[in-house]
Amino acid sequence: MKDNSIPQTTPRQSWTFSNDVNSEIRRAAATGIYDIRGGGAKRRIPHFDDLLFLGASMSRYPLEGYREKCETKVILGTRYAKKPIELDIPITIAGMSFGSLSGPAKEALGRGASLAGTSTTTGDGGMTPEERGHSTKLVYQYLPSRYGMNPNDLRKADAIEIVVGQGAKPGGGGMLLGQKISDRVAEMRNLPKGIDQRSACRHPDWTGPDDLEIKILELREITNWEVPIYIKVGGARPYFDTTLAIKAGADVVVLDGMEGGTAATQDVFIEHVGQPTLSCIRPAVQALQDMGMHREVQLVVSGGIRSGADAAKALALGADAVSIGTAALVALGDNDPRWEEEYQKLGSTAGAYDDWHEGQDPAGITTQDPKLMARFDPVEGGRRLRNFLKVMTLEAQTIARACGKNHVHNLEPEDLCAVTIEASAMSGVPLAGRKMAPDSAGWPPGWT
Amino acid sequence: MQTYDLEADGLRGLNSALHAQKDGSNQTNWKVVNPKGSHAIAVGLDAPIEVTVTGSTGYYCGGMNQQATINVEGSAGPGVAENMMSGTVIVEGDASQYAGATGHGGLLVIKGNASSRCGISMKGIDIVVHGNIGHMSAFMAQSGNLVVLGDAGDALGDSLYEARLFVRGKVKSLGADCIEKDMRPEHLEILADLLERAGADAKPEEFTRYGSARKLYNFDIDNASAY
Ligand SMILES: Cc1cc2nc3c(=O)[nH]c(=O)nc-3n(C[C@H](O)[C@H](O)[C@H](O)COP(=O)(O)O)c2cc1C
Repeated sequence: MKDNSIPQTTPRQSWTFSNDVNSEIRRAAATGIYDIRGGGAKRRIPHFDDLLFLGASMSRYPLEGYREKCETKVILGTRYAKKPIELDIPITIAGMSFGSLSGPAKEALGRGASLAGTSTTTGDGGMTPEERGHSTKLVYQYLPSRYGMNPNDLRKADAIEIVVGQGAKPGGGGMLLGQKISDRVAEMRNLPKGIDQRSACRHPDWTGPDDLEIKILELREITNWEVPIYIKVGGARPYFDTTLAIKAGADVVVLDGMEGGTAATQDVFIEHVGQPTLSCIRPAVQALQDMGMHREVQLVVSGGIRSGADAAKALALGADAVSIGTAALVALGDNDPRWEEEYQKLGSTAGAYDDWHEGQDPAGITTQDPKLMARFDPVEGGRRLRNFLKVMTLEAQTIARACGKNHVHNLEPEDLCAVTIEASAMSGVPLAGRKMAPDSAGWPPGWT
Repeated sequence: MQTYDLEADGLRGLNSALHAQKDGSNQTNWKVVNPKGSHAIAVGLDAPIEVTVTGSTGYYCGGMNQQATINVEGSAGPGVAENMMSGTVIVEGDASQYAGATGHGGLLVIKGNASSRCGISMKGIDIVVHGNIGHMSAFMAQSGNLVVLGDAGDALGDSLYEARLFVRGKVKSLGADCIEKDMRPEHLEILADLLERAGADAKPEEFTRYGSARKLYNFDIDNASAY
């Protein structure tokens, strides 16, 4: 019997062994397989929220909202391509595969991007007629798997993006589980229906940057040097990766930080591999500057971009454009509370649903199930995405005007301060109220 | 016969002249002289023309070929006929790594030996190698036929999908999920046709067929050590 007269301590949950952690241990013990999920890193890491704009003051005057122009146009691919891509806004839609997304969802991305005057991107699995047809500017990804890769589609592309890595999983390949390998997906990928597909993590016919230079030559020869060639890398070693991408002959470097979403991969990969987006931008810009290529080779940054403020901060740090994946899906209706009852049935809740690989998405976006797909209207989805892109652009312009800039590209690191020491150190932006990032001599140290 | 001097007139001129040939062109025969190991020779062709390269080539000769017949009268560097869709590429000498990588169709014939990763990730192409092939060949090969008159190196057909592998000589080792399979009449027929088209002097009965055990198609924890 317990002696009730002795005061009891309240039951205390462990920080180290939290409910989350323990539930994963139990899940692993029961199944013998690592957890696979979609989305990006869920942990809190220093991010754009930790930076602020200074705005105008005595020494700088602002531009008048709406009256004084603030340009947002971007041209990507000025280095070698005969036909660079001209975008009305500095925000593009990132590559998301047909297979992970339904055909109508891909169509909606094309519609929304086209209405907003920007580009969208194919993904692992090839180019679908829906997205080509509805995208005025379509970037065709060249991935390790080469699923659906063919010269006819290559010639239809407005740009080619060689995917070396993704922020969610630098060093990892794609994954598409059996539930989503429908007849159409299987045929496009030349695979048996219903298998758990693992796509390669390395390209089959080149290995290092010297080979890549020759691969780029081949792609340019096939497409008559017309379209820009991008190289997409995950946030691993941004200074060196950017340097090598420039050396290999890229027109555009796409840099995807660890917050970046994915259709499906191991949770351990998403949460534990790669550097935060915030910490990747300055090293990449430094590499461009050291090579004399800043603004000549354009830098597109992705991974956790959610708003016009995020976009403006990435531009101020030196990017030429940003790219969005997850935010675009949310704009289409992913994780919408209107499906809460169904998320509950799947053991999740709106906002947390990330089992995209299972193909049971109540919102009908990350699925190949015809019944669920029918819930999603690509015309309405396209309109919502257009609206969201317009809002992001207006927000970025609002900030740029407040900083006295007549083009969003004129935003600069000097317009920013950081509210945490971590963010300050990672981005090289001074800590709020201080002259520099940790004010010691010799700061910041070299880039990695 | 059109003769193109690659050294004098450059790669860009060659590929754009070849791209300009469409169905029904009168200039159906091209000879490329002085290749000297250049990369990306005759890539992205899409017409039923015949191109003969009088020497050895660098990376990606015949890449993404459609319809054309390309003869290399020498050896070929890495990635010859990569992602070929249709047509024929014939290499008189040896081929370096990744020959026929990710090819979707057409026929690649290598009269000498092929190095490692021959037929990697192949998606429907037919490859006939008169000599031997190196390690990790047909890695993740999805479909099509790989025929080898000589021997195969280590880890043949690792993580294989539905491609068929036929080897006449020895196989140093099989990769994960690749097994020996019965040769059925339909396989002998496929082989006879490929051997004939590749000008190979061998009998279908002399070959052993290898293919996927299909054990890794769906994840099973008891197979984890194979991944
Ligand atoms: C559903 C989904 C599918 C994706 N598929 C691909 C792909 O096929 N190829 C690729 O390079 N990146 C792919 N990505 C990553 C995106 O291109 C992009 O890097 C990432 O979404 C950016 O981060 P964000 O989601 O935080 O905006 C995918 C992302 C998502 C969410």
